[in-house]
Amino acid sequence: MAVDPAAFTALFEPRGVLVAGVSTHPGKFGFVSLHNILASGYAGAVYGSSREPGEVLGVPVVADVADLPDDTIDLVFVCTPATANADLLRACAKKGIRAAFLASAGYGEAGEDGQRLQAELVALAEELGMLVAGPNGQGVVSTPARLCAQIVAPYPPEGGIGIVSQSGNFISSFMNYAVQTGVGVSRAVSAGNAAAVTIPDYLDYFALDPATRVGLAYVEGVREGRAFFERVRATASRKPLVLVKGGATVGGQRAAASHTGSLASDDKVFDGMCHQAGITRSATIEEAFEAAATFATQPLPRGNRVVVLTTAGGWGVVTADAIARSSLDLTPLPDDLRAALDAELPPRWSRNNPVDLAGAETRDTIPTVIDRIVGHPDVDAVIYLGLGIQSNQAALMRRGPFYPGHGLERIVDYHERQDTRFARAAADASDRYGKPVLTATELAVTHPDNPGPAAVRATGRLCYPTANRAVTALDHLWRHARYREARGLT
Amino acid sequence: MPTLSEADSKRFLGACGIPFPEERVVHTPAEAVAAARDLGHPVVVKLGGDSIAHKSERGLVMLRLRGDDDVRQAAEQLLTMATPADGAVHLLVAPMLAGNRELIAGLHADPQFGMTVMVGIGGVLTEALGDVAFRLVPITRQDAHEMVDDLATQELLGELRGEPPVDREALCDILEALSDAATRDPAITGVDLNPLIVVDGRPVAVDALVEMT
Repeated sequence: MAVDPAAFTALFEPRGVLVAGVSTHPGKFGFVSLHNILASGYAGAVYGSSREPGEVLGVPVVADVADLPDDTIDLVFVCTPATANADLLRACAKKGIRAAFLASAGYGEAGEDGQRLQAELVALAEELGMLVAGPNGQGVVSTPARLCAQIVAPYPPEGGIGIVSQSGNFISSFMNYAVQTGVGVSRAVSAGNAAAVTIPDYLDYFALDPATRVGLAYVEGVREGRAFFERVRATASRKPLVLVKGGATVGGQRAAASHTGSLASDDKVFDGMCHQAGITRSATIEEAFEAAATFATQPLPRGNRVVVLTTAGGWGVVTADAIARSSLDLTPLPDDLRAALDAELPPRWSRNNPVDLAGAETRDTIPTVIDRIVGHPDVDAVIYLGLGIQSNQAALMRRGPFYPGHGLERIVDYHERQDTRFARAAADASDRYGKPVLTATELAVTHPDNPGPAAVRATGRLCYPTANRAVTALDHLWRHARYREARGLT
Repeated sequence: MPTLSEADSKRFLGACGIPFPEERVVHTPAEAVAAARDLGHPVVVKLGGDSIAHKSERGLVMLRLRGDDDVRQAAEQLLTMATPADGAVHLLVAPMLAGNRELIAGLHADPQFGMTVMVGIGGVLTEALGDVAFRLVPITRQDAHEMVDDLATQELLGELRGEPPVDREALCDILEALSDAATRDPAITGVDLNPLIVVDGRPVAVDALVEMT
C-alpha cells in the first residue's frame, strides 16, 4: 500500500507521544521506550497508559486512553500484548492519534493466530486512517524531533541518513556507526513485520523528506518484486539509496530447462535489479554505512578522475592498487597541475599521481596543495592520506617524561593545530569546488581523539578508517553519478 | 514447460529481430548433402524436433563436416539416434561458424521479479564461471550497455587473439530484441541463445531454445 507522505509526519515529527503499556520495571519495553524518549531530549508532550495508573519517570500514566487530552498526541508507541491492541488503537484514533509504532510481538511471526491478528491490524489501520508501523519492531528515531522511541540504544547524532531495516538490530548497528563517526541520522525505523507500512513506503518518505539526504536499507525478503523494483527505482531517481540484502547466497540455482534459468540465482537477479534501479548495493553493513555517510556528506563526482594526495609513499601505492580494481581512474597528473605543485614543493615530491609529498611539505604547503589539486578542472575527486601522523607523535611526546620542557609543549601544540588545519582545508576545498575529498587514516579508529580525525568529524564528514574503504565509497558515488548522468537525472 | 524445436525457436526469434545464420531444415541424408553444398562447407548438422532440447548432451550435433561424404554419414547416423520419445524429427544443416569466443543470452521468468533478460560468457565454462548479468524486462539501450559492462570478464570482450573486439552495439541489439519479444508476447517463459559465437566481432546465435506456456 502506498502511504500518504503526510501521515509520516505524525510518526517522525509528533507533537506528543503516548507510550501504551508503560511499566515500572526497568527491564520491560514499556519502561525502556519511555526512558529513551525522555532521556534523548524530546520536547513534545509525553504520556503513558497502563492498567496501573499513576506516574512513571515523572510522566502521567492513565488507565483509560479516553482520559488523555484531545489533539495533543500524534504517535502511540505500543508495548501492549497483540490481543489488546485493536481496542487500544481505536481509542487512540478517537484522541486524534494518527500514527502507531507497534513493538508488540505475537503477529505475523507467531503462527496462524498471529497472522490472523496481523491481517486484522492492517485492516484496522486502513479503517482508522492511521499509519501503523511494525509490529514486532524495535522502534523509531527522528533526530529533527529529538525523538528516540525505541527499546534499544543508541540515540544517534543528527544528520542526513534515513535508515529502514527489516532487522531492528541493524538499525542499532548503523546508528552505532553514526555515533562512532559523527556522521548522523535523520530518521531510523525498524520495519518489524512491515505489515501495513513496507520498506518502499519508508523509502518513498525519505525521498521527499528534506532532513534526509540518502536512504539506507537492510532487507532480507522482498514481497512483490516487480512493484518493489518500480518503487525503489523512483525513489533512487530522487535521492541515493544504499541497500544491503541479507540471505544473498540462499536460493542459488534452480532446476530449469534452460541454461538461462539455471544461471539465474536469486542473487544475480537481485543484483541486476539493483543496478537497473540505480540502487547502491553494498556487501556488508559497514560498507553500506560508509557509502551512505559519503552520499550524505560529499558532493557527487562529475567524473572518475581521482588524485591521491599522500604524505608518505606506501599508502599511495596501496590506494592506487585499490583504484585500479574499481571503476575510478587514477588520472595522470595534468602538466599545468604538476607545474603548479612544483612551484609549491621542493623537488623530491613524486611529480605524479599519487602525489607523494615524501616529507617535502613545510608549514603552509598542504592546504595550498590540496586547493591546487581539488581546484584543477581535470580532477574530479581527491583522496587525502597521512592526516594525523604529527599529532600521533605529539601524543607520545605529551605522555612522555620530558613534556612540557625541551620545547615539547610548543611543538605538540603546533602539530595538533596543523592537523586540525589540514582536515579543514580538505573540507573547505571540497565545498569550494563542489568535488568529493575523502580523508582516510586508521587513526580514525585506532586513535579517534587524534586532532586530525577529530577535526574531520567536526566538519561533519566521515574520516575513512582505510584508504581502501575510501576508494570503495567513492566508487559507489561515481557509479551512482554515472547512472544519473546516463539517464539525464539531475 | 513446452519448448519449441530449434528450427521453430529460430524462426520465432528471427521474427523478433534476432539474427541467425542461414540454415536449412531437411529430412533425408541426400537433402542434407544438397543443403550443405548450397550453404558451403564446412557445415554442422543437428537432429531437431519439438521434444529435443539439449542436443549436445545427447551427441545430436555433428560439427565441422567438410564434404558430401561427411555430411551424408552424419545425417544417416543422426537419424538412427532418434528415439520414439523424440516424435517427428528433422535435420538442421547450418554453416559451421568459426570464432574463439562464445557468449550466452536469454530470457528467464524469475519467480520474484518476473521476466528477466540475461547476458553472459558462454561456452562449456558458462556454468562454472557464472559470469552473467540480469535486468528486468523491459530494458532500455542504456540498461543493455550496463549489463554488458557488468560482466567481470571484460578482457574476453575486447580484442582477442587477432580478432576484433565484440561488437557491443550488435550484442545490445540482441538483448533489446529479447526484451521486446518478452514484452510483446507474454506466452514466452524462457529463451536460450546458447551459444552466441563471436564471428569477426559479431555475436551470432547458432542455437536457440524458446519455452512457451
